Amino acid sequence: MSATVAGGVAVLEGKNLTKYFSVKRGHGVLARRALLYAVQDVSVSIGAARVTAVVGESGSGKTTVARMLAKIISPDGGEVLLDGRPTPRGRPREYARQVQMIFQDPFASLNPVHRVRHNLVRPLKIHHVTDDVDATVTGLLRRVSLEPPEEFAAKFPHELSGGQRQRVAIARALAVRPRVLLADEPVSMLDVSIRLGVLNLLADLRDAEGLAILYVTHDIGSARYLADTIVVMYAGQLVEAAPSVSLTDEPAHPYTQLLLSAAPDPERPQPPSLVRSGAPPSLIAPPSGCRFHPRCPHAMEICRRVSPPSVEVSSGHSAACWLHVDSDRRLLEEERTPGSVATTDPSAPQSAPECSQPTSTTRTRRKEA
Amino acid sequence: MMAPEAPARTPSAKPAQLAEPVLEIRGLCVDYGYGADAVSAVVDCDLVLRRGEVMGLAGESGSGKSTLAMAAIRLLRSPGVITAGEVLFHSRPFSEEGPRGTIDMLAANDSVLRTVRWSEISVVLQSALNALNPVITIGAQFDDLLRVHRPSFSNRDRWNRSAELLDMVGMTADRLRSYPHELSGGMCQRAMIAMALALEPQVILLDEPTTALDVVTQREILEELMGLRDQLGFAALFITHDLSLLVELADEIAVMYAGRVMERAPAASLFHAPRLPYTYGLLNCFPPMHGPRRPMEGIPGSPPDLRVLPTGCAFHPRCRWAMERCRQERPVLRPLGGPNREVACWLHAGDATIPRELAHPEPPAAAGRPAATGPARAARARR
Ligand SMILES: Nc1ncnc2c1ncn2[C@@H]1O[C@H](COP(=O)(O)OP(=O)(O)O)[C@@H](O)[C@H]1O
Ligand SMILES: Nc1ncnc2c1ncn2[C@@H]1O[C@H](COP(=O)(O)OP(=O)(O)O)[C@@H](O)[C@H]1O
Ligand code: SF4
Ligand code: SF4
Ligand SMILES: [Mg+2]
Ligand SMILES: [Mg+2]
Repeated sequence: MSATVAGGVAVLEGKNLTKYFSVKRGHGVLARRALLYAVQDVSVSIGAARVTAVVGESGSGKTTVARMLAKIISPDGGEVLLDGRPTPRGRPREYARQVQMIFQDPFASLNPVHRVRHNLVRPLKIHHVTDDVDATVTGLLRRVSLEPPEEFAAKFPHELSGGQRQRVAIARALAVRPRVLLADEPVSMLDVSIRLGVLNLLADLRDAEGLAILYVTHDIGSARYLADTIVVMYAGQLVEAAPSVSLTDEPAHPYTQLLLSAAPDPERPQPPSLVRSGAPPSLIAPPSGCRFHPRCPHAMEICRRVSPPSVEVSSGHSAACWLHVDSDRRLLEEERTPGSVATTDPSAPQSAPECSQPTSTTRTRRKEA
Repeated sequence: MMAPEAPARTPSAKPAQLAEPVLEIRGLCVDYGYGADAVSAVVDCDLVLRRGEVMGLAGESGSGKSTLAMAAIRLLRSPGVITAGEVLFHSRPFSEEGPRGTIDMLAANDSVLRTVRWSEISVVLQSALNALNPVITIGAQFDDLLRVHRPSFSNRDRWNRSAELLDMVGMTADRLRSYPHELSGGMCQRAMIAMALALEPQVILLDEPTTALDVVTQREILEELMGLRDQLGFAALFITHDLSLLVELADEIAVMYAGRVMERAPAASLFHAPRLPYTYGLLNCFPPMHGPRRPMEGIPGSPPDLRVLPTGCAFHPRCRWAMERCRQERPVLRPLGGPNREVACWLHAGDATIPRELAHPEPPAAAGRPAATGPARAARARR
């Protein structure tokens, strides 16, 4: 399933990205290696002066996608295109300059034993960006609204608040004049009161400087606020992609609907109950068919057997869900793949004989599915 | 000294009838360090937690929320010192073993504290992984706890009770054989909550229990927690920097800034009709999930350094409605329209003009959280 940038030209594009990790299972002599399907066939593109958000629960593969786009890790399938052209293997210095990553924990990218000034000067020197280092540092701190810049340049990272630290991390990324920022949960560790300030800064960088930004988050409300396009990931796959307002106002995929109902919303008269909503599946033995079927209130027979195709539900809005496939095609698929494939998940709703179990156990089983 | 048995929450309970207090914090002051270097992290705080109710404690990081809670149960880490105040625990235990009557927590000696902590007042912290012992299984940790506090239990009783506790938080008994690192963050936090409930406490202190979790897991755990509260009847102090969580959760909310409680009101009132500019700011940090998108500002600036607090109202450098008086004099918490809510802000004193944003009408009285069905815990007979 792919998401193209409406209107803009893709600066950075991931095509059919796939990544497996080899992980150890079990203890001692019983330990075995198994493949964990972290990301499968995910396509995402980031346009100049646009923000594309990647939203999903933890473990859904968001960071892995961002790291493949940054070329910190290489995909096992698919490719990364910069300006529509395939990128060389490895992570050439020029690529690293153009595509900068911002992490959840700003400490990760700042050297704690050096002052802010030193932290900003280092990338300038490595990439030979400028001759007037002092003016550049001042300019960078101004761009991220750390005023007065001279004062902040002289501080150590631990002397800054969380929000200020993240601003320095962003200034550091900007130092080398990148064209793409890959921001992985940049505000998740910050107090809610200062998140908007950092999101507004990203919006300014997009609008005033035309940066292409990938915003990775588990908070769909902030994605709606900042992003032009939102893609939703579930268990390593893309399940829905659309312009952000369209995605949040008319979510087409049952998983997106679940995410939206989990978001705090003071306006809502009565919060919907999520007690039976379950948890994401194992990525080592993911459910057959649609990976969301064990949690899906609309799951049909075909969902357990065949993985749904991505279909356009309205202009620029696509979802990978059988509900949106017309019934003729669904029936055709159903006949093509006779019901021999058993579900890998014994707790799948509707297939499990629930009435024979005490309710509390049923609930628990489902939760741990 | 104990009041006659009265169910903590019944469907017919009227909002005006307040449940009896279970934990009373009066004029509490906590410093970090001594003498000239001392920093006042909590100043003159009053909080009353009522039986079976949820009190939300909100405010940005560094406002003193954890310090207040930990001081109340005497778990402050050095160099924290309680310099003034009173904390009274009105104990009326659910189990036969617990202490009865009012306990002065600040005067209590270690042996009294041991009978109270965990058995009657338990704590859940943000990172369960740190609170759980990494080298022993979840089951063994339950077993240790029950062995000490429920000496009459047989091995079989302890196992059954542990399984029952996990079931309450939506986990299967086979998880008792797991080590903490084998569980997801949400599972760890669930196990921690189960452990906090193991001895049927009257009060549970939840310090950012879901902050590190995903939205979906967070919501599930909060829902479960509220279900358990209705079922078991404990009171909870729920600490968070994310005020939006408390909307659907708390009965009453207190907002702290720079070590002081600045506003306190029933949850629905605080949400629909905030009176304090800081509360208004905290409530407007969440981009709406509906309607047109518009730029929002959050709260400008950052919380103050406690060593060099601004004069007057500590919030004035960040307050869009600050007046001359705010820079000179510190506003004190005072009642506003009845005993149920208080605010410390000059806008609500004298003849200041109250901005429209801070003058929304009170919501209808009934518009709180739906009343619980009373402690159905009797049904879950103790062995
Ligand atoms: N280096 C790694 N080795 C093994 N498994 C990994 C590694 N990195 C990520 N994973 C696994 O891949 C899945 C996706 O992880 P991640 O991309 O970090 O998700 P997210 O950022 O959405 O939380 C998870 O199940 C995670 O445990
Ligand atoms: N061990 C400590 N030593 C010195 N100061 C501390 C210590 N712990 C907390 N503080 C200070 O006390 C204030 C309140 O902290 P805390 O109670 O943790 O706030 P909150 O829980 O609201 O984030 C903060 O300004 C913090 O810097
Ligand atoms: S494909 Fe089926 S199981 Fe998957 S989300 Fe759609 S309806 Fe639910
Ligand atoms: S007292 Fe003044 S500065 Fe403080 S919150 Fe009220 S209006 Fe703002
Ligand atoms: Mg991640
Ligand atoms: Mg705290």
